[in-house]
This record gives sequence, structure tokens and C-alpha cells, in this order.
Amino acid sequence: MSQVIDLRRRGLLRASGVTVLSASAVALLAGCEKMAVAQSGNTANDVGILNTALALENEAISAYQIGAQSGLLQKPVLDVAVLFQTHLKEHRDALIATIRKLGGTPVAAKSDAEVAQALNAAALKNQADVLRLAQRLEKGAANAYIGVIPSFGDRALAQVSARLAADEVMHWTVLSQALKDPLPAKALSFGA
Amino acid sequence: MRRLALALAASLVLAAASDRAAAADAQRGQELYESRCGGCHSLDANRVGPAHRGVYGRKAGSAPNFAYSTAVKNSTVVWEDRTLDAWLTNPQAVIPGQRMNFRVALPEDRTDIIAYLRQQSGK
Repeated sequence: MSQVIDLRRRGLLRASGVTVLSASAVALLAGCEKMAVAQSGNTANDVGILNTALALENEAISAYQIGAQSGLLQKPVLDVAVLFQTHLKEHRDALIATIRKLGGTPVAAKSDAEVAQALNAAALKNQADVLRLAQRLEKGAANAYIGVIPSFGDRALAQVSARLAADEVMHWTVLSQALKDPLPAKALSFGA
Repeated sequence: MRRLALALAASLVLAAASDRAAAADAQRGQELYESRCGGCHSLDANRVGPAHRGVYGRKAGSAPNFAYSTAVKNSTVVWEDRTLDAWLTNPQAVIPGQRMNFRVALPEDRTDIIAYLRQQSGK
């Protein structure tokens, strides 16, 4: 069976037939239908960037899981955290589909326990601590997506990176409001 | 004459780099590191990218227990001012086949981030 996915006709069904991506993942990839499948040098590099992005999304999904299960988040903040995690899972699914479409192998996610140790989750003592960690990760993710844009060989993927960054910035803004942080005083506070 | 012009241009570039290094602001570098690099890196933990404490003066691909790309693992690059500046400008140009691909566009930002990494490496 061909590994090439016809996004329009088959609704992003994976070759195995196991995963059906969400509507937003389909939308994220819209316009990328004609991406080359052959592993040219540029494509291999693009796959590498997407895999790094996938690792970043996997880590953030675990971080939100750790936060949600910590007992430190109260409603409605908990509901917002779960919603944001859902967004990140859609990012993850879209990245996995794209990596596979380009002939790559998606990186495996680390366990929540490994992520908890790397992020020093044991130091989280209250809701503000959890929000601060999420805020820091969202800002880092947004800047990461912006910082890799010049490295993409495929301009359609660079645009996808910008769209992913926009989601992370939206999360960062909501988290910053919840923490009652002041708005950035200057423009262009992300990337550069 | 052409050689003289090239030598002059090269010396001006070196002088500019030297001026930037002298003016490096490690405190600003910390802020930049946390906001730009912190999505993937920490000083003391391997995450999406390797732990960075001690990176200055270290051979590429030698942070303990991090699963590097083959390209970085096999590289002979040693991280110091010049190599880190080139890496942050365009990683693929320094080690083709690497997986980072993140670029820091502004020279003064790179200089300050490197100053912070150097400080955190005890160099």
C-alpha cells in the first residue's frame, strides 16, 4: 500500500488506517498536498525540523498532563489547560502525518515521568507555578517555531510553522492574563 | 589593491566581532536564552535538545546521555565564540544533517546568548 496520503480524498487516513486526524489538523496541512515525498536533501532537513517540533509538542503535552493531574489547578483554569493540551495533540497529529507523508519516521514521545524530571515538576507547589511553567514552555515553543522558519526548504511548511507559533502565542497570552502579568510594553516581543 | 581591500574588510569584520564580544551582556543573554532557547533546552536537563551547562569549550555531541543526530555526534566542532556564533546563525551550515535548525538573526542577540552560555560553563 502506498504511503502517500491523498489529503483531499481520503481525509488524512494513515496508511495503516488506524488514525483519523481532526478537522483542524487537516486544515493545518491544507496547501501542503503537493509536497514532495522524495527524500531530497531539503526534504530530509525539513523532516528533521518537523521531528524536533514533534518532540517539543510531545514534551508540552506531557507538561499539561502533569499539570492537570497535579491537583494544583482549579476550574476554570483546569478546563483551559485541558483545551490547550487538546490543541497541542492536534499539532502533534498533524506533524506526525506530515513527517510520514515526507517519508520520515516520527520521534517517539518520552514518558510523562521523564518529562516531569526534566522540567523539575516536583518543584510545582501551586496553580501559579503550573501556569508559569506552561507560560514559559508556550513562549519557548512560539519562539522555536519562529526561529526555524528560515531553515525550511518548503515554504508551505514555513507557513505551517508560523501558524503553529500563532497558536502557542495565543496560549501564552491567555496564561499571561491568568497570571495577571503586564502586557509586553514593546512590539515584536516574540522571535526576531 | 584588491588584496588590501579584502584584508581591510576582513579586519573590520573581526573588529566588529571583537567589539560585540567585549560588549556582551550575559544578563540580557539569560533573558534571551530563556525565551528563545528555553522551548527546547535547559541548563541542567536533556530535553528536546541537550543540557547546556558546560557547553562552552565542549566538543559538539558530547553532553552525557543525549541522543544526538549522527551528524552532530561525528562532528569535530568545539563550541566557543566563533563556532557558537556560526551555529546560531545557521546550524545547517556548520554541521550538515543536524536537527536543530533554529536561527538567531541578530548578531548582538547571539553574542549575549553566547556570553551567558560561557558564564554558565564557568569559562
